[in-house]
Amino acid sequence: MILEPRFTDDLADLPTHKFGPSSLTWWGIIAFMVIEGGFFMLTFAAYFFLMGHEQGWPPEGRQAPDVLAGTLFTIVIILSEIPNTMIKKAARAGDIPAIRRLILVMTAVGAILLVIRGFEFNSLNCRWTDDAYGSIIWALLLLHTTHLITDWGDTVVLGALIYTPVAYEGRRQVDVDENSLYWRYVWLLWLPIYLMIYWVPRL
Amino acid sequence: MTDVRADAFDAAPARQSERERVEAENRQLAEERKKIARDGPKLKGEKLAARLDLAWRRPRGIIGWLATVDHKEIGRRYIITALGFFVLGGIMALLMRLQLAQPDSNLIGAERYNQLFTMHGSTMMFLFAVPVMEGVAVYIIPLMLGTRSTAFPRLNAFSYYMYLFGGLMLWGAFVLNIAPDVGWFAYTPLSGPQFSPGKRADVWAQMITFTEVAALAAAVVLTSTILKCRAPGMTLARMPLFAWAMLVVAVMIIFSMPSVALCSGMLISDRLVGTNFYNAAEHGDALLWQHLFWFFGHPEVYIIFLPATGFVSVMVETFCRRPVFGHAVVVLALISTGILAFGLWVHHMFATGLPRVGYSFYTAASMSVSIPTGLQIFCWLATIWDGRPRFQVPMLYVVGFIVTFVIGGLTGVMVAAVPLDLQLHDTYFVVAHFHYVLIGGAVFPLLGIFTYWFPKITGRMMNDTVGKVSFWLVFVGFHLTFFPMHLSGLLGMPRRVYTYPAGLGLEVPNLLSTLGTFILAAAVVLFVVNGLISLYRGVIAGPNPWGAASLEWATSSPPPVYNFEHIPVVESDTPLWDVEGELPVVTGLRVDEKEILLTTVVAAAPDLREPVPAASLWPLIGAMAVGIVFVASIFSPWALVFGLVPCGIAFAAWFWPKELKRNPEPVIS
Repeated sequence: MILEPRFTDDLADLPTHKFGPSSLTWWGIIAFMVIEGGFFMLTFAAYFFLMGHEQGWPPEGRQAPDVLAGTLFTIVIILSEIPNTMIKKAARAGDIPAIRRLILVMTAVGAILLVIRGFEFNSLNCRWTDDAYGSIIWALLLLHTTHLITDWGDTVVLGALIYTPVAYEGRRQVDVDENSLYWRYVWLLWLPIYLMIYWVPRL
Repeated sequence: MTDVRADAFDAAPARQSERERVEAENRQLAEERKKIARDGPKLKGEKLAARLDLAWRRPRGIIGWLATVDHKEIGRRYIITALGFFVLGGIMALLMRLQLAQPDSNLIGAERYNQLFTMHGSTMMFLFAVPVMEGVAVYIIPLMLGTRSTAFPRLNAFSYYMYLFGGLMLWGAFVLNIAPDVGWFAYTPLSGPQFSPGKRADVWAQMITFTEVAALAAAVVLTSTILKCRAPGMTLARMPLFAWAMLVVAVMIIFSMPSVALCSGMLISDRLVGTNFYNAAEHGDALLWQHLFWFFGHPEVYIIFLPATGFVSVMVETFCRRPVFGHAVVVLALISTGILAFGLWVHHMFATGLPRVGYSFYTAASMSVSIPTGLQIFCWLATIWDGRPRFQVPMLYVVGFIVTFVIGGLTGVMVAAVPLDLQLHDTYFVVAHFHYVLIGGAVFPLLGIFTYWFPKITGRMMNDTVGKVSFWLVFVGFHLTFFPMHLSGLLGMPRRVYTYPAGLGLEVPNLLSTLGTFILAAAVVLFVVNGLISLYRGVIAGPNPWGAASLEWATSSPPPVYNFEHIPVVESDTPLWDVEGELPVVTGLRVDEKEILLTTVVAAAPDLREPVPAASLWPLIGAMAVGIVFVASIFSPWALVFGLVPCGIAFAAWFWPKELKRNPEPVIS
């Protein structure tokens, strides 16, 4: 027999969106960050595991990657946090015109970074087929690039959506807020990778 | 100068009018919002049920069937598919046992035998054990938490389709005679390009990719559901133990699956594009594979085992009619098992040669994990001791579980000691050990919980007498199969070898094992037949046939598509035992669109109202796009590059709203 209801609270006045940990998608994004973060941590572990077997790093006869493109990439991606913080603030303030402007900036930044990334691949001074060192260096750069590409695609789709009337729905602003959160993660992840690709081989 | 000023002058009124337009729109939407129908004292009973049914029901027909995002349908499909793979994996086991029934048998050749044990292990671990636990959780958890849907129901659908396609690919490859033959853990260098030419090892590695994507997606769904979708008042301290177990398991999946993703990804790239991660000739290391694989593989066995401990807690509580003794201890035991599980992967590698400190550390760690598990067992025993146990079929499986699992746990402590492990490594002793902990520890509780939740899912009871007969057949068949393996292992019979010579004393234990396997198989057939017949002829169950305490029993059996007419409120650990005649509920959710209630993570105070996505074909299309890319990438690395386009389109369409207009309240179309 199904129990009769005893009515307590009425929740019709609860909001339908909030920023931060109240939002369901925030938890989804955090979970995916942990998954991808775990993936990177294990890749780092594999890097040091392989490095531990070697007399020199890079192994004898190989040259460490050229730092120019990678350093330029690092500077640009760190600077990208300025518009990223601005768009996050605009999202929380519900400032739609500002979001619409800044999402173009973020899309452009992503595109520029992808171009610089192309040059990075060209300055590694090794091929993935050469030896385990070459394989893991390429793996690190490739893995981070997949994050650049997916976040860029995400930003483009979100940008297109923000230029429609649904931009004024609070939940879309939460999307923008969380997209910035994810971008922060992507550039923070880059910093150890930058050190591992370009500077650990120079130690 | 003047031009710029003129621009600014023109832009200001434009912004002004835009703002006015938006404000007018806001006012109009606020008016419309007031007219939205919600449940409450004025809208309840049949009238409410009819409207909720209309809002929650998926479209009819084959399209609607494929597009469903209902957690109950997805959970059911997960369970049925996993059982299908269980039967296939079981048939592989029967074939292997037939081959091993006699010494020097030539029934199945060495090569085919390699494929059989690989298919058996891979199917049971990746296509049965983990998915079936997720399937049960996907079905039950929202009901147990008092909500109407999982979080991210489209991701849930995507997860199922990825799993299905991965399984179909593996078994399709078997039919086409390109099944993997490198064992369920596919050690390098055997699985590398040099020793496994052809595509068999690639099929294995891509099956891993499919199932790990599926498991990760399900883990995200479950974590978010458990943390955010609980009924108001169900604080973390009051959360049912099965939900706790699944929370720990989902977090373990999130931390461990990336490891197998990474190592199988590296394996594919070694095989396909010539990287050298595992190639010792080019400074790679085959042991890197073992570290990464077991960093996943060891937590994996707890990912299979911990849901089963959740089942046991559920059944012990109901059939002893008292809350589980030491609720907090059980929760802490679950969490500490989850953490310790990540610290003992190296005990699978004792035979590879390790530093002395490594031996001592991982022996200690392996032994220490038996402490929290032991605590849980003592809590269940105390519950049985103090309660009034009713030995109905599910409870019989609990007893069978405790007996069998304790034996398996003790042989586990034995092989945690390095000297003994070096002796027994790769023998049938280890086969006996892990079947005791996996079948005894996970499949017994699973069969029990099927019997227990069968009335909730189907509305009818399974036959009790047949249930008891199949329990005893399972129990006897199991021990007859696996106990003699301890002996054959001690006598030195190695695993994964297709035959053995006569005269070493291995004939009797092997023949007994084979006999036992057929009893076990008969028991499983009887169980399935019982289920099928009960589906049509079973006694009608009613909402709460076992007199249980948790919320899934507060709704009808089977539950309506919207689960609950009103969202229940939880005021104690055992809600249905403590309410007196009336179930406290909250109201105010929409009835003409799908909506659920989100609560805060710890205190479960009402937080947000959340729209639930409509049924959609895009998760299926997305899974097909990803699936095609995965399969194609066995043959060409370019598949990953060109595949980005269809996958990108599918995922963009998944998120893109059908109507680009504002609604009075958000909907996900």
